[in-house]
Amino acid sequence: MALTGIQIFKLLPKTNCGDCKFPTCLAFAMALAAGKTELDLCPHVTEEAREELSEASAPPIRQVTTGTGDYEVRIGGETVMFRHEKTFFNKPGFAILIEDTMKNNEVERRFSQLNSCQYERVGLILRPEMVALKDTGNKENFIALVKRASTEPYSIILMSSDTSVMKEALEILKTKKPLIYAANHENYESFGSLSKEYNCPLTAKGNGLEDTASLVEKLINIGLKDLVIDTSTRTLKEGFQEQVIIRRAALAGKYKPLGFPTITFPCEMTDNLMKETVIASCFVAKYAGIIVLSDFQGESIFPLLLQRLNIYTDPQRPMTTQEGIYPINNPDAASPVLVTCNFSLTYFIVSSEIENSRIPSWLCVMDTEGLSVMTAWAAGKLAGDLVGTFIKGCGIVEKVERKRIVIPGYAAAILGDLEEELPGWEIIIGPREAAHIPTFLKTMKQQ
Amino acid sequence: MGFQIPKIRYTGRINKITIGHGTGSITIGGESCYPFYLFEGEMPNPPRIAFEVWDHEPQDWQEWALEPYRDVIHDSTLWARKCIDTYGAQAIALQLKSADPNGMDADVDSVVNVVRRVVDALDVPIILWGCGNDEKDALLLKAVAEVCEGKNVALGPVSEKNYKQIGAMAIGYNHVVIASTPIDVNLAKQLNILLGNLGVSDNKIIMDPTTGGLGYGLEYTYSVMERDRMAALTQEDVKLQYPIMCNLANEVWKTREARLKKDDEPKLGDEKRRTILMEAVTAVTLLLAGADIVVMRHPEGVLLVQNIIKELMA
Repeated sequence: MALTGIQIFKLLPKTNCGDCKFPTCLAFAMALAAGKTELDLCPHVTEEAREELSEASAPPIRQVTTGTGDYEVRIGGETVMFRHEKTFFNKPGFAILIEDTMKNNEVERRFSQLNSCQYERVGLILRPEMVALKDTGNKENFIALVKRASTEPYSIILMSSDTSVMKEALEILKTKKPLIYAANHENYESFGSLSKEYNCPLTAKGNGLEDTASLVEKLINIGLKDLVIDTSTRTLKEGFQEQVIIRRAALAGKYKPLGFPTITFPCEMTDNLMKETVIASCFVAKYAGIIVLSDFQGESIFPLLLQRLNIYTDPQRPMTTQEGIYPINNPDAASPVLVTCNFSLTYFIVSSEIENSRIPSWLCVMDTEGLSVMTAWAAGKLAGDLVGTFIKGCGIVEKVERKRIVIPGYAAAILGDLEEELPGWEIIIGPREAAHIPTFLKTMKQQ
Repeated sequence: MGFQIPKIRYTGRINKITIGHGTGSITIGGESCYPFYLFEGEMPNPPRIAFEVWDHEPQDWQEWALEPYRDVIHDSTLWARKCIDTYGAQAIALQLKSADPNGMDADVDSVVNVVRRVVDALDVPIILWGCGNDEKDALLLKAVAEVCEGKNVALGPVSEKNYKQIGAMAIGYNHVVIASTPIDVNLAKQLNILLGNLGVSDNKIIMDPTTGGLGYGLEYTYSVMERDRMAALTQEDVKLQYPIMCNLANEVWKTREARLKKDDEPKLGDEKRRTILMEAVTAVTLLLAGADIVVMRHPEGVLLVQNIIKELMA
């Protein structure tokens, strides 16, 4: 856990030489404690002190990366049990299982699912990012699969217990940083060597919590750092509880042997894709690093991608939508114009309700720094003059014939100011709740 | 070094609330740990799923939402009976949507007539959920409380604006109230205190944190519920030690992604299975944050979630 400035100070040379560009060792120690500078700036610190300091500053859950480039998957590195305590940083990777017994067209379908199951939302691309290639004893097929996967950008999990097969596969993928699955008590030395030789993260597959921790200790002792944990538990109750215990042991218990991200296998917990999806959702919430699924269907992976987006959204920062004009249901020059704030949730709900109404409309989203309508109004970010300036400048004037806008019901108080700002415009107070928009628009159309 | 599970010492416990009467009643709450953390505490009562039934025939439901109910959807009583008799519903949430002044604006008497017929025909616990308009709900739920005398129903949403009217009637007719606040721990606590001051007893309050559906604010509800539970169980905040209900069905089914067909957007996959999963994933996420009752629409989604609860509690 993080040391205080005074604790760090005790480990420094205390010569106040100034080589670090700080006036005193104490000032340097304070800056280190605050994470504002690097220990390397001190040329005189002893090797022992350096080790102690780096040990103390190591995160309680190791951050591990697999894959490269666009599809690099970063897992672990988490610092809290509950997202409201700070945020969750590294969302779990979703992997599709591909076995060496699968027919060629099935293999191709699976690769193509990674390409097609991509969804744009809030300016982000939601997509699964991994393939798990499984060797069930058909070495030739497995190696062919590995070669096939090497031509794709996706992050790869190599599943085999045969050291020579694993080595051959790693040789093919040596620039792709796959995750090796998995070391056990029997093969950990040879798999450990492969992990080091190819600089690829390694899964430690034990049997339950305690056994897995002892395997991880063996791997740490032979010098491995980038590990992923599989306890082999495939029942929901125990699997779920283990995820909680692992996270807590690492964070609250400072228990190093469990201070690594985990991999889970909903694909081995049921043979029904619907049920598997709901099981996977338990692990998205708590606390998997990687989730291996038997298949990706649009209907099964999309809800999980949405859930992952929600759980891993930083609660400290409001999500925003870009300011601008959003046409909904193909509006024309006679369609109504609605104004709202740029808090993404507001945008989503409002646009979804307008869409539900099936009435062609223009939605003007104004930059309120991510504040919702009521807060933006209270903070003066949705004031009459600002809304007026926005309406005049956003380009909606050129798109409609009738100078008429609908403002949110919660911002009704700006009506007077806005009328002054927009002479000649008809300003209508809309509903307070988005749910009432469809009725509102329908009534407006009739009038 | 041997491994020991670091355990939390919980100092609080969630109140137990019973809804319904006689053999048809259910009890929720009583937890002494975070949801499903059964290695360090207990959940004496499994979370429950209530099927939603509307007080009128819905006009804008997807075909695949209507499918299980097509033969009964014109009649709330038959609809509710089908949920129980065919799909094994353990509780019914009757959504009194027709009362909404911004919608159909049905008058109180006609809604109460529907309520009376449905309630008389059922032998399971019933949640009666108003239209969300504070003034209308004050009138409506007062009248509902009266006709449901002796049934120990749960009445909601009860807000800061109408808790006096509805709370007083709930005390008078011995019903449970569902205290509804907009995604905020302090507001939730405040309303619970107000209800307590009014005389509503601790075993008659359920909390509604306001539910956001998957992709539409779920994370806000999720975190506020986790904070509620943290305060209730580890910080001795007795005014948050109440079971939680999430009225999630409509929040999921009304969204754009629940309406698009595969033909509209092929990569979203089969619309029926997708929407069922969106509903089930929302429910499970909320259960993991502390929900004691979730209100759902599709029987297949209910079944999926039922199984997950069973396995997590096994």
